[in-house]
Amino acid sequence: MVSLFAIPLAIPVLISSCATVKEYQKGKLNDAEMVLGTRKIQKTEMSFQSYREGASGANGGKTGGGCGCN
Amino acid sequence: MKKICLVLAGLYLNLLAGFAQSATPPDSTQYKSRKLTLEEINLVSSYYHQDGNNSSVTGGIGSEKLTDFANIIDVKFAKYDKRYHKHSFTFEAGIDSYTSASSDQIDSKANSSASSHDIRIYPSLSWSVENEIKGTGFGLNVSASTEFDYKSFGFGASFSKKSKNNNREFGIKAQAYLDKVSLILPVELRTGSVAGQEDDHHYPATPRNSLSGSLSYSQVVNQKLQLLFLLDLAWQNGYLGLPFHRVYFNDNTLKAESLPGTRFKIPIGVRANYFLGDKIVIRSFYRYYHDDWGITAHTADIETAIKITPFFSVAPFYRYYHQTAAKYFSPYQAHTAADPYFTSNYDLSKFESHFVGAGFRAAPPKGVLGNSHFSMIEIRYGHYMRSNNFNSNIISLNLKFK
Repeated sequence: MVSLFAIPLAIPVLISSCATVKEYQKGKLNDAEMVLGTRKIQKTEMSFQSYREGASGANGGKTGGGCGCN
Repeated sequence: MKKICLVLAGLYLNLLAGFAQSATPPDSTQYKSRKLTLEEINLVSSYYHQDGNNSSVTGGIGSEKLTDFANIIDVKFAKYDKRYHKHSFTFEAGIDSYTSASSDQIDSKANSSASSHDIRIYPSLSWSVENEIKGTGFGLNVSASTEFDYKSFGFGASFSKKSKNNNREFGIKAQAYLDKVSLILPVELRTGSVAGQEDDHHYPATPRNSLSGSLSYSQVVNQKLQLLFLLDLAWQNGYLGLPFHRVYFNDNTLKAESLPGTRFKIPIGVRANYFLGDKIVIRSFYRYYHDDWGITAHTADIETAIKITPFFSVAPFYRYYHQTAAKYFSPYQAHTAADPYFTSNYDLSKFESHFVGAGFRAAPPKGVLGNSHFSMIEIRYGHYMRSNNFNSNIISLNLKFK
């Protein structure tokens, strides 16, 4: 449980240590390979993993329900 | 505990204050069409095959052979309103066609054919509105899913806020699924009165409700690195097992799986994407998961996209997963009559898994095969190995049209 509290506490520290990146400097960040969200092609992979594993969620997908999965 | 909660609440309020900004008048020099326009169409198809020898339908022994052919289409439209707010509408429909060797063992009548072939259909509709000046977004979604023994209705809402310099984004989401599980028992556990209903395929159904809340926070660290933090809190209640899962006890008696009527899950994850040099993108993900059934799991994922050209990339990936067993799991003939809850579902057992494969992505500026509307093609293959002799393969294809 300690780790659950560590991340929210770390976020303000992280913000203060980040550089300000202007729009014209975001060429690499805006590359299609740099997308932070789940890619569409991984949708069916995430689906089978939610059926075959006890854990789910925190990956942009479902945390349970909506199908006969765990 | 109260002090910790107050400190956390204070930190989050500080965080939100960082997103506060005054509204700027719309840029009237930039023309944006107010007509509803088609933004993109995505087609995703995948073929999945698995095999193992711990089927929960037959009490933790027997074939787990299963194939699934999935096809999903999503169509996204967008338009701007009078106030230059962008409205997006996405319609998605999916259809899975699967065959399962173990489901054949419930009863010859229980599924749609002797080889246990069934179809799952799942449409969804979502709407979102984005204020590009203030950096705020709001969305709603509804979804449904139907297959022979399971029906689902889902709905949700989301809100997001970007910082003034677009380097940070905070998101919050609430989602609910109101599902119905058909009570299809293994044939030897059925009573006469229920058997009469089964002839008409009218099985009694029982609810399963799933509610979840999600927080996300993304941060640009520098020109090459960005992070995403995700926290979900999920609560389920109702019938959380599956009635056709057999459990054989140590005295050789047989019952249907029985699990608690509630489950609380806390998954927390972080993604980090880093552009190494000019041709390599490293995508990484870690998730910690814990629930009140006793499962604790760790997931670590790394994927390296190598840009052969600016528009073609190859991305090998590796995913490691480990979980502890649920308190209610025991293998075939290991449960005792004193156990209040019992399952022999190996998806809830202790195991580790490795998932390895590669993806290929091409998005030429003039379109795939010279067709300017065919903007992207991606193919991905993965091989999954579980420590309890379960293996699977999946191959997926994504075509994007604009």
